[in-house]
Order: sequence, then structure tokens, then C-alpha cells
Amino acid sequence: MTVKIQLQHVSKIFGPRPQKIVPLIEQGKSKEEILKETKHTVGVYDASMDIYDGEFFVIMGLSGSGKSTLIRCFNMLNVPTAGSILVDGEDITKYSKQQLRDYRQKKIAMVFQHFGLFSHRTILENVEYGLEIRGLSKEERRKIAMEQLENVGLKGYEDQYPDQLSGGMQQRVGIARALTNNPDILLMDEPFSALDPLIRREMQLELIDLQDRLQKTIIFITHDVNEAFKLGDRVAVMKDGRVEQIGTPEEILEQPANEYISSFTHDIDRSKVLQAEHVMSRPHNILTLKDGLQVGVKMMRENGISSLFVADRGRKLEGYITIDDAIDAIREKKSIESILRREVTTVSPDTYIQDLIPLVLQSGLPLVVTDEENRILGIILRVHVLSSLIAEDFDAETV
Amino acid sequence: MKSFPDIQFPIGDTVAAFIDFLALNFKGFFDFLFVIFSSTIKATEQGLLMLPWWLLILIVVAIGTYFTSWKGGITFGVFLFLIGTFDLWSQTMTTLAVIIISVVLSLLIGIPLGILMAFNRTFASIMRPILDAMQTMPTFVYLIPVIFFFPLGNVPAVIATIIYALPPVMRLTELGIRNVDEEVIESAESFGSSRMQMLMKVQLPQALPTIMAGVNQTTMMALSMAVVGSMVGADGLGERVLHALNRIDMSLGFEAGISIVFLAIIIDRITAGIADKMQSRRGEAS
Repeated sequence: MTVKIQLQHVSKIFGPRPQKIVPLIEQGKSKEEILKETKHTVGVYDASMDIYDGEFFVIMGLSGSGKSTLIRCFNMLNVPTAGSILVDGEDITKYSKQQLRDYRQKKIAMVFQHFGLFSHRTILENVEYGLEIRGLSKEERRKIAMEQLENVGLKGYEDQYPDQLSGGMQQRVGIARALTNNPDILLMDEPFSALDPLIRREMQLELIDLQDRLQKTIIFITHDVNEAFKLGDRVAVMKDGRVEQIGTPEEILEQPANEYISSFTHDIDRSKVLQAEHVMSRPHNILTLKDGLQVGVKMMRENGISSLFVADRGRKLEGYITIDDAIDAIREKKSIESILRREVTTVSPDTYIQDLIPLVLQSGLPLVVTDEENRILGIILRVHVLSSLIAEDFDAETV
Repeated sequence: MKSFPDIQFPIGDTVAAFIDFLALNFKGFFDFLFVIFSSTIKATEQGLLMLPWWLLILIVVAIGTYFTSWKGGITFGVFLFLIGTFDLWSQTMTTLAVIIISVVLSLLIGIPLGILMAFNRTFASIMRPILDAMQTMPTFVYLIPVIFFFPLGNVPAVIATIIYALPPVMRLTELGIRNVDEEVIESAESFGSSRMQMLMKVQLPQALPTIMAGVNQTTMMALSMAVVGSMVGADGLGERVLHALNRIDMSLGFEAGISIVFLAIIIDRITAGIADKMQSRRGEAS
């Protein structure tokens, strides 16, 4: 994966003399102290991160955490007080006015919380705005804008005005407008938080779909943990202007960097984040065909289990045997193959826990996690699934 | 210590000396302005008088119907017809010409300055007390210097009218541009708009309803100056009112006065109608 955007020690301070405040922060003064003593607000402090090409990167935090300030640094709506932002290796904080306009026109686009649509322009005129700014001819931009409108399912609305559309539709216009310039990077500042929950879910799914098709680098802001974990390849958690942790949803859930984050993730629905590979256990007790039945019976007796999965030499799943069958077979001198039962429930490693629950409940046997070539990767017992749903306290984990 | 001590700053004298200085040294400039103004006013007046009375009434009915309602349009037509029956048609056209020129000039000066005020806080803080003075300074006070610079007639009336009517459109232009939704500005910026594109494609259109409210107010204030303007020699309805006042002619006074009211109603409703139309074209109030 190539790095698309690299933030290096980016800080943004608001006030009349922001530069003077930087050393104060370096001395370790808190946001509140600085506000009290100098009337300067620390929006973002020392944020560093790499964002990969094609990644869905979520920045999560409560209001006042600096997430909206940070996302505006990516397109220089907020000029960082310190630090640099490299996009494709170029430091955008050093851009001239013309270079910056060029960058905004071609490489990056933004979707806003309250849509930011131009109420005096029709839907079509809104969508073609970015192209109009770039000086494309009317026919050309009409054509591209119409395609984008069709993409978001708003064909037929092109001559309406934004106020005539529902919130969900307005945000679709916002997304279509952002995509007309075919930018590499899409900034989304809480795009769905002004929408009602049903529409929000629908829009989230559409966005995932869109991302699958277009493979943009998306930077997405939200205050909603569930949304962050549902959408993000990786999530950065912010608090008081600082980035507290960056990681995949699973990493943040399983190894929260501090108490704040673990409290944040406490009410997350874990079954929608954790996948089979996160809860499975390594397959220790697997009988290979060449081992023979004697070995199998011994393994079962030693481990106190009544059935055993069987694999071939390449660890490919063949089926399972029960201890009763095995003892009978030894007495009657039959082969493993003759008592092999093949009806095993297999799942792929990226199956979500919520989908595993009905499977483990139906199946009397553990579930087997296999890859595409049917090789055994791990085994999931009922107890694995259940214990994964209980959030471990951060304290308990560190003790 | 009951009376105020005898301290004197000759502010009034200084201003008077300054005005004298201007009148003396910039005579050419003011003469040039006079020629331009008086010929434009004359041309407008003559243009209006050239229209047959029934055609003008029809035009007003049509415009009124389009921007307000057919009831409004017909009412405006009746008003104009009544003015004609008062035998005040040509005076009305003169007043209308003075108002049109004053308003057009006010807008040409006021809107750009209002934009500048929205963009430059220092300029805005300098302009604000000046605008306050323009609106609250008794009109007669600045009629005095105006007649220093120009011969009596319609031109000083137009100048005085501009001074009085300019502030609303300036203030409301500034307000309109400042009040454009922050996110809308950000979104225009995020697409890489230049300053000019931002102004022409986003800020001005977004501020237009507010600016139109300013245009409406400016027009009404210009109309209210009709009588004051006639004190420096402007013709028209105001002159008739003054005439009636001098002769204690109640009948003429009322007819000329109600004609000004009719004119005011027509202009107010139509400009307000234009503002509404702009607003409603984009769905609802935004």
C-alpha cells in the first residue's frame, strides 16, 4: 500500500498570535490552561498519521475534539499553524495560491455536514460547480454532472432547487458534487449526522458500495463509534485536539490505548466489528488421514472430546469422526475414510460474529474457519463467540 | 458652575472654510458633474414624458401583475390614473426621473462599497459612523453645501437624495454578504474558487434577497426626499407641495401629497415583489 497523505506534527491554533502558543504546548500545558492564559484555542495538536491510497480512514471524536478542524487542514480550509501535510509527496502547506486552487480543483473534494449546497442554484448547477470553476464548457460539464446525478440516483431532479429536496437527497447532491471533479481524495465532515437514522444507514451502505467501485481515499469524520467502526478501514480517535489512537476497528476494540478509548468503545456492538479470525482458536487437535484411527482415539481421550476434525496432508478439511465410530472401526479394522462424516459447517475468516451466532447455535460441532482452498485456519467454539461479545475493561486487561 | 465654561472649538467654521475651499478650487469638477447629472435627469424625464400616459399605465399594470398579483397591478394602474386626473402627470414624471437617477446612482455606489465593507473590517468600521451621520444628520444641513457646488434645480436634489438614500443599500449589502452560510463559503472554497468566482457565483447571489431589501429601502427613502429636494429647486411633486404650503392651498397640497404616497406604494410593492420573486425561485426562504 502506498501512502497517499502524510500528516507530520500538524497543529492548528486559533487566535491572534497562534505561533506564540506552540512552545506553550510543547511545555505540556493543557488546552484549558492555554485558553485561560492566552485566549487561544488549540484546535489540533501534534497530529501525525499516514493515510494509504484507497483507504477509508475515519477520524472519530466527540464535539470539540478537533476532528472538524483537522479535516479542514487536508484541503487547507484551515491552514496549519505548525507541521506539514504531504499529499503524494508534495507539501500542500507550502503551495502558492495558484497551486492550492489547482489542488482543490483536481485532487480533493469535500462533503459537508449540512450539505453546503448553493441554494440559488439548481441541483444540476450545484453538481457542475466544480467543473464550472475549472472553466469547462457548458456541454461538457452538463454531461459529467448528469452522469454523477444518475450515479447517486437523482436523475429527474436536476432542475429542482436544494430546498425542495429531503435531507438525504441533498446529501446525495453533496456527494455527487464532490465526485464530479473525480478527486483522488474525498473529505467527509460528518456527512450523515444531520440525517435521520434510517436514511443514515441507507447512505452508509451506499457509501461502502461507492467506495468499492471507485476506490477513493476517503477521510470521514464522525462522532458515532458504530458508524466509525462500520465504515473505517482504520480509525483515528481524537480527544481535546490530540490523536489518541490510530488502528483498525478490531485493534481499537481489543487493545484500547487508554481508558478514554475503552469507555468510548464500551457500547459498541462488538458482533458487527469482530470477525471469525479474531475469535477463533488455533486448530491443535486435527487428525491427518495418514495418522490412523489409533492416534485419533488417543487424541480424543487425552483432550476429553468426543469428535475430531480430519484433514489431508495439505491441511485441507476432509470431515470429522466421532469417538464411538472410531472405536467401532478399530474393532472392525475399518479405515478412517469409511467412518468420515463430511457435514461440517465452515466459515470464512472475515465472517462477522453476528453471522456466526446462528451457525454455532445450530451446529452441534465447533465451526471450522477455512480459507478459499478449504484449508483449516482455526476452530470456533460456542464459548469463543459468547466471550467475544463481552467487552473487557481496560483496567482488567492491563492488570 | 451652572453654565458650561466658555471653551470654543471652531468646528463649524472649519467645515464652512473647507466647503468654501472645495467650491472654489474644484469648480471645474463640480461643473462637470452638473452637466452630466442634469443631462441624464433631463433625458430620463423626457423619456418618461414621451410615453403616452395609457402606455405607462399599462406597463405598470403589467409589471405589477408579474411581480405581485393582478389585483396589485390593477390597483397601481388606478393610482396612476388618479394622479393623471389631479393634473399632476408631468410633475410625477419629473419626480420619478429624479428618483430613478438617485436610486441607480445609490446602487452603483452603494453595492460596491457594501461589498468592500463586507470584506474589509477596517473599512467597515470607518464607514459605519459615516453612514450613521448620513442617515441622522438633518437633511437641510447638507443641502447648504450642496447648493454651494451646484446651481439650484434637480441636480442638488439628486445629490442630497443620494446622501440620504445610500446607507440602507450599503448596510444591507454588507449584511447580506457577511451572513452567507459559513459552510456554503467553505464548500465554494473547497472547490478551488478564486476570490472573484466566490463573489460573483456564490456570495452575491446568496446575498441577493438581502440586497434587494436594501434596494427597496433605498428607493423608499429617495422618495421621501421629494419634498426636501424641491427646497433646493427641484421640480416635480415636491415643488407642488411647497407651492401649496406657501399659498395655504389645501386642495393642491392634498393632491400632490397623495400622489407621492401613490408613487411610494407602487414602487415599494414592485421592488418588494422583485425581492420575493428572487427568494421564491429557490424554493423556500433560505
